[in-house]
Amino acid sequence: MSEPVRKESKNPDVSRRQAFVQLGVGSICAASAGAMVFGYEFLTPNVLYEPSPIVNAGKPDGYPPGTVTQDLPSGLYLVHGSEGLYALSAVCTHLGCLTAWKPELGIVACPCHGSKFRRDGSKIEGPAPRPLRWLKIWLSDEGDLLVDRSEELSRKQFVRT
Amino acid sequence: MADTLETQLPRGRGGRVWQSIFRSGLGDTNLRRALAIQQNLFLHLASVKVRKRSLSFRVTWFLGTLSLGTFAILVVTGVPLMLYYHPSVPQAYSDMNDLRFVVSAGLFLRNLHRWSAHSMVLLVFAHMFKVFYRGAYRPPREFNWVIGVVLLLLTLFLSYTGYLLPWDQLAFWAITVGSNLISAMPIVGARIRFLILGGNGVNANALLRFYVLHCVILPLAAVAFVAIHFWRIRKDGGLYHGGSERHE
Repeated sequence: MSEPVRKESKNPDVSRRQAFVQLGVGSICAASAGAMVFGYEFLTPNVLYEPSPIVNAGKPDGYPPGTVTQDLPSGLYLVHGSEGLYALSAVCTHLGCLTAWKPELGIVACPCHGSKFRRDGSKIEGPAPRPLRWLKIWLSDEGDLLVDRSEELSRKQFVRT
Repeated sequence: MADTLETQLPRGRGGRVWQSIFRSGLGDTNLRRALAIQQNLFLHLASVKVRKRSLSFRVTWFLGTLSLGTFAILVVTGVPLMLYYHPSVPQAYSDMNDLRFVVSAGLFLRNLHRWSAHSMVLLVFAHMFKVFYRGAYRPPREFNWVIGVVLLLLTLFLSYTGYLLPWDQLAFWAITVGSNLISAMPIVGARIRFLILGGNGVNANALLRFYVLHCVILPLAAVAFVAIHFWRIRKDGGLYHGGSERHE
């Protein structure tokens, strides 16, 4: 028995070299997954310096019955209809352009792709897929109108004065 | 003595300095001409030998070379523009106007950058159509076609990210519309839009992210893929030159 003795690995299917290769590939996969999570977290801002979604629209007296008022900086329409005051988002539901109130026609029109809406936000013609968004509106304790631009209402809501 | 001195002096083509840079020496034989290509870092991407026919205008209309030319102009004009442009909301628009009206030669550089950008998009599309209609995308060049598609996308992304930088009404609404197109993708769309803009709307973060993409990330990626694209031409048997070519 002069043959050199070779140490057999415990698992005969995996040689020492294969085990190291698997360890290496596994480490690279784990590191890549970690780097992707790391990169995703890094690219997602934790603090945003954006304007607040809640806007103070002032006293209800500023919006007489039968008027549509567009506030350009906040991208809002405040409409005083027969049922009361309501807030519409002026952001087109097509691709996010700012629509404009056309007093001479009594409609809302989008300059980008020509969508048209009525004063209650309902669609006259496309390409917008949906009506303008109704936004939550309420009176603060000081009697100011507040509008939350962050979420769309599922049913119509009015402030009666 | 005079003769020895003359050969030792580092002067002109074939002198000592010349030969220390270009090892292949003078291009006086076919071998040396081939070595001049093969031993040069930049030229070695190209083939050592080219068929005369594939260099004629009607074969390629030089569209690939012209695309590269516009890219070179864009790099050369874009870097000086960066010296006067701050990618911040209060400054971006006025910096762009300063380049137009105040900075010496700013108008020339900016317009050259702009027209070259438009030309590059046009030329890359034309190049793609030419390759397609000649059938030059077929094996063994099918992978280079894929690289070409990546380069088309890089060209379009470069064009798109550059469009925001003037920070005027056209730029703002174009990127608003474009980023809302992204969010039309199912499931991940809104998330990708948020990551690209770095926020919920086109804001200061979006301007900075587009600037970094436009000036660093996308150009470096484009240079890398252009190098692979050119090297693959050589590896895939040179420029496609017509139907009589033999394939394995």
